[in-house]
Amino acid sequence: MPEPKALPFSARDAECPFNPADELYELQKQEELPRVPVPSPIMGEFEAVELTRFQDAKEAMSDPRLQMGFVFDPEQPRTMMNQPGNLLNYNGADHRRLRRMLTSAFTIKRIRSLTSKIEEIVESRLDALEAAGRGADIVHEFSTPIPTLVICELLGVPYEDREGFQRRAKIGLDVNTTREEQIANLGEMDEYMGRLVASHRRSPGDNLLGTVVRDFGDQLSEDELIGIGNMLLVAGHETTASMLSSSVALLLQNPDQLAVVRDDPDAVDDAVEELLRYCSPAIALPREAGEDMVVGGQEINKGERVVTSLLVANREIPGAEGDLDVLDVRRTPVPHVTFGYGSHQCLGQQLARAELRVALPALFNRFPALALGVPEEEIDYRTTSLVFAVNKLPVTW
Amino acid sequence: MKVEVDEPRCVAAGHCVTSAPEVFDQRDDDGVVDLLDDAPPEDEHERVREAALLCPSAAIILQERDGPA
Ligand code: HEM
Ligand code: SF4
Repeated sequence: MPEPKALPFSARDAECPFNPADELYELQKQEELPRVPVPSPIMGEFEAVELTRFQDAKEAMSDPRLQMGFVFDPEQPRTMMNQPGNLLNYNGADHRRLRRMLTSAFTIKRIRSLTSKIEEIVESRLDALEAAGRGADIVHEFSTPIPTLVICELLGVPYEDREGFQRRAKIGLDVNTTREEQIANLGEMDEYMGRLVASHRRSPGDNLLGTVVRDFGDQLSEDELIGIGNMLLVAGHETTASMLSSSVALLLQNPDQLAVVRDDPDAVDDAVEELLRYCSPAIALPREAGEDMVVGGQEINKGERVVTSLLVANREIPGAEGDLDVLDVRRTPVPHVTFGYGSHQCLGQQLARAELRVALPALFNRFPALALGVPEEEIDYRTTSLVFAVNKLPVTW
Repeated sequence: MKVEVDEPRCVAAGHCVTSAPEVFDQRDDDGVVDLLDDAPPEDEHERVREAALLCPSAAIILQERDGPA
């Protein structure tokens, strides 16, 4: 087995995986924009400009010259980066056209209307956790099932199929895989989603996939529909599950902050924003300069790849008060980049917020004496994925 | 204060609605920003500024000094 590769733009402190590695702070202080090697199972190792400063990240991600480096090539094998329908593979007007077919399902109003459904799902998982008994794994009983059940419900994907799609999502996001594994994995994802899309074509269900088929089915190819379904299924559960597990792990190690989330309903929204800023589980995908451009006063040449480290950018937000390396759930929310920035800013962010705001206080109220079931230093974190996560988090109460 | 929205730029992230629900809404069919009040009263200004700051696509344009109506 080769040594697992950590991504240079997401390197984490060896002592505390919630903190960026020292190298990232060094890069942040260095005036010149660095070029770093980035490993990728799909593209092989490539070199990219690394953005670590908050202002540079915002400036770059809202600049239309910075593009997703994707043109669908039917001759090439399908991978996550050669897949029509995935919003992260489009730019400009093509991106807008596709995104607007999906946005009606993610408006504030629509997400608010899902609150009682989310509450119901959370309650059922708290029952399951209780039934599993002391020593149960939060990741397995709570953090993974909640967003999975929510996205299944929203999309119209059968929850019974979770074992397969959860495994495929994990492989898809793992940088320690080969190109062949990625191609085979996407083949399986497409086959699964192809069957679902076909059944919605026959009789569109009362859910997101059904609605998209009904309203836009004549404008979308099979491939595009499959890509949309895959993207929402993967994006909809991995990141939110990671946020739930990370938040629980962090709060159990900070009991006074946990008490705020448990006891003060008015403080929950701001606390979730702080947890999002601090954990920053997702890493921006590689971009490419579509033209010569300038970021933070420095030149990036046409054709250069660019990656952004959201984790470290969230630690030096201009205008924010206090020490941003410290988790402080009472902090006045600061405008973080955990969901990205610009035209690709997370489509599902209001859904993710709604899930976190319901699930975290409900967990700590059901189990007021919740505690880690293993010593802090034995918590098993996943740092080599495109989404940071906790593998296992046993708890007692 | 005068508020304008640049609809084609909007990516329907919804920050404006959470920040200033009296001033912004989202269209049901595509989530695009719907400006409810282009000259909001004084006590809304702070919230509108926050919306403009959070908007990821710079779709909210503010003119702080009231121009001719
Ligand atoms: C805490 C949970 C989440 C985090 C941290 C997160 C993070 C992100 C980030 C950073 C991006 C931007 C990627 C880029 O610009 O390259 C993104 C995009 C996206 N997210 Fe999320 N996400 C979360 C939850 C969700 C959920 C629940 C869904 C869906 C139901 C979702 C769907 C999407 C989609 C479709 C995009 C692509 C948007 C586009 O390209 O226009 N995400 N997310
Ligand atoms: S915050 Fe900006 S992008 Fe989001 S809905 Fe409002 S105007 Fe549109």
